[in-house]
Amino acid sequence: MIPTAILLLVLFVVTLSVAAYSTYGERKVAAFLQDRIGPNRAGPFGILQPLADGAKMFMKEDFVPAAANKKLFFLGPAIAMTTALLTGVVIPWGDSITLFGTTIDLQGADPEIGILYVFAMVSIGVYGIMLGGWASNNKFALLGAVRAAAQMVSYELGMGLSIVALVMLTGTLSLSGIVDYQIAHGWGVIQQPLGFLIFLVCAFAETNRAPFDMPECETELVGGYHTEFSSMRLGFYLFAEYTNMFISSAVIATLYFGGYHVPGLASLNLDPNLATIIGVAAMFAKTFFFIFFFMWVRWSIPRFRFDQLMNLGWKKLIPLGILNIVLTGGVYYFLKG
Amino acid sequence: MSATMQPLTSRSRVVSDKKMTLMERIYLPAVIGGLFITIRHFFRTKRPTIQYPEKKRPIAAIYRGQHVLKRDEKGRERCTSCGLCAVACPAEAITMVSAERKKGEEHLYREEKYASIYEIDMLRCIFCGDCEDACPKEAIFLTDRIVQADYLRMPFVFGKDELVEPMDPAKRVDVSKRQTPDVLKFKQEKRYAHNR
Repeated sequence: MIPTAILLLVLFVVTLSVAAYSTYGERKVAAFLQDRIGPNRAGPFGILQPLADGAKMFMKEDFVPAAANKKLFFLGPAIAMTTALLTGVVIPWGDSITLFGTTIDLQGADPEIGILYVFAMVSIGVYGIMLGGWASNNKFALLGAVRAAAQMVSYELGMGLSIVALVMLTGTLSLSGIVDYQIAHGWGVIQQPLGFLIFLVCAFAETNRAPFDMPECETELVGGYHTEFSSMRLGFYLFAEYTNMFISSAVIATLYFGGYHVPGLASLNLDPNLATIIGVAAMFAKTFFFIFFFMWVRWSIPRFRFDQLMNLGWKKLIPLGILNIVLTGGVYYFLKG
Repeated sequence: MSATMQPLTSRSRVVSDKKMTLMERIYLPAVIGGLFITIRHFFRTKRPTIQYPEKKRPIAAIYRGQHVLKRDEKGRERCTSCGLCAVACPAEAITMVSAERKKGEEHLYREEKYASIYEIDMLRCIFCGDCEDACPKEAIFLTDRIVQADYLRMPFVFGKDELVEPMDPAKRVDVSKRQTPDVLKFKQEKRYAHNR
């Protein structure tokens, strides 16, 4: 019980600090992709920039519009942040580690329905955005919220279908089970290239990241659902977005890139604890690569139009997802069955 | 594009709205191409950036920055508060109040009349240098100093304490860079050589 509590605390702190440093990373990556240098004044290489940004957020006036629904206005950012933080619990960050005679699984919880839990939490995250946009009593915020809801519902379908094919292969919904399958049979991206592609595209839409950042689309909607938010409430929304990005990257790494699996590590016969630490490092390396990839795409590709987004989701990704399920089933039946 | 018109760059393309091929319609090749373009920039050296306060961009010799009210060789203020600079100023940034020199102030002011208050609003100033051209006493010059940023408006109204150069000969403001041969020739034509 106590080791799990400590693990969760560590996970909480790590998630928050990764999210905080993602803001710094985003600005640096954006700058480098645009031949600029990026923040470099707060501390060496601007490493203290997130702290400065956080302090700034707290110093700002916490403004609530007169016509806003006060309770929901308060609830929106809280839901967005909470659900974003809850998702990390089921992700297997590493194999088990033995400390002081007790063996600890580096996974907060391992429910049988791990991947469904992730989906559930992400779906509840929509409420944070919806409530925030609705409570603002502002047409831009409402439009942003409506877009976010429509977008997330649409892309959850495509995402779910791509997962179905993976689950058919692995025969389990548990995230650690999926990792175990990949350790035994090779990474998911090799077995499910089409599924991976669909999942990746949907992950961009689910996290409201460019090129699918319609809900906050500055050029059309001012700030989208967080137009009326200021101070740390806005901070929570931005933070939730970066947390979601971190979790999505971790989920991609877990489902399609073997999680904490390092090929060839098992044959070295290392000390189990050391192997676990290398595994955790590998997991984080994969996750960070995908965070970088999210940023890389954001600063390369222009935003879609909303009808294009819906077109892509309903008319391209969902049929592709179904095709992928059929293909997977066929291959599974003829080759392995 | 007509035959007589020259393309502005070598990269101009003829636009057409032909039906896209399958490769174009699945977008992914174009997306990946775009990603490769940006990643090439990621590793490029960031040459254009100048780390400003530590490193400064070279500025022209005749750069027109913050003004200075010069003193003469003996440390006396040259300005006689004639008001020609204020008249010449297109932005109406200069104001002044004249005063008469008292006995015993001969070491401070060169002539009997001087400006007791002399103010330039640096937010109104357009740094055209007309005040410098108008000055018959070679008193006001624009220098290569940049007006510092501030959080409020009032500090941008520079008074005599900021405009007049220090008495100490070692701390005088060098305006010789602005005095290019062309400038000197121009000033000679104005026949104010007795003030130099």
